[in-house]
Amino acid sequence: MMRRLLPRPALSLTLFLLWAALSNSAAAATLLLGALLALLLPHIVSPFWPDALRIRHPGLVLRFGARIAWDMLLANWAVARRVVGPVAALHPAFVEVPLDLRDPFAATVLGSIVSLTPGTVSIDVDRQRWVLQVHALDAPDPEALIRQIKQHYEKPIREIFAC
Amino acid sequence: MNPIVEFLVASLILLGSLFALLGSIGLARLPDFFTRLHGPTKATTLGVGAMVLASALYFTATRDGVSLHEIAVMVFLFITAPVSAHLLAKAALHRRGGTLPKQECE
Repeated sequence: MMRRLLPRPALSLTLFLLWAALSNSAAAATLLLGALLALLLPHIVSPFWPDALRIRHPGLVLRFGARIAWDMLLANWAVARRVVGPVAALHPAFVEVPLDLRDPFAATVLGSIVSLTPGTVSIDVDRQRWVLQVHALDAPDPEALIRQIKQHYEKPIREIFAC
Repeated sequence: MNPIVEFLVASLILLGSLFALLGSIGLARLPDFFTRLHGPTKATTLGVGAMVLASALYFTATRDGVSLHEIAVMVFLFITAPVSAHLLAKAALHRRGGTLPKQECE
């Protein structure tokens, strides 16, 4: 019953919170309309998401978010220093990160996070070989970068979605 | 407005503009397309993040109630920025012939 009413609980919650944030108020009418949208929209968009993943460990999401925020701060600082430093000293490189996850949605999440943390941009997800192509602004040691991406981002994502 | 809040808002705006500036400097200075792609990503994450936080603080302090639609700005930005970077990168790869760029980069 719950399943049929709310096919995507996480999406519904996101929509509800976004609606409240967008209208910038917590008045009863706003929240009611938000709840209505959160109920209806997942049903309308569900054909586009044939087999979306479920979040298995909501508690991990918060911890993961905090880590990403922290990594972003550190990486922003590191990249800022490199941008004003000597350009010739940079080691830009294309790096192929072999993936353990096997889900397109999880791979998209991973790719987005890699792009958001400064210094790395994900170029492509090769779904034949399950490889994430990443361009790094300064990677003197590509192995270390691969290890960091797998350890910091891929592992938590696999835990959260259990994939 | 409380001077502490004022100070916080001012520093966040300064921090945000600093990173937006650094992103633009990167865009101008770095040698090729793929390294240049890194510049604007910075500006959107920490730069806009700090400015948006400043805005939320300012309007929470000066108006009634909490101002939260800045968070929506941040969410949409964080969702769309990687997508545009990804598309730009793919387009660049395609123009270079679509081959694995590894060899050219060594």
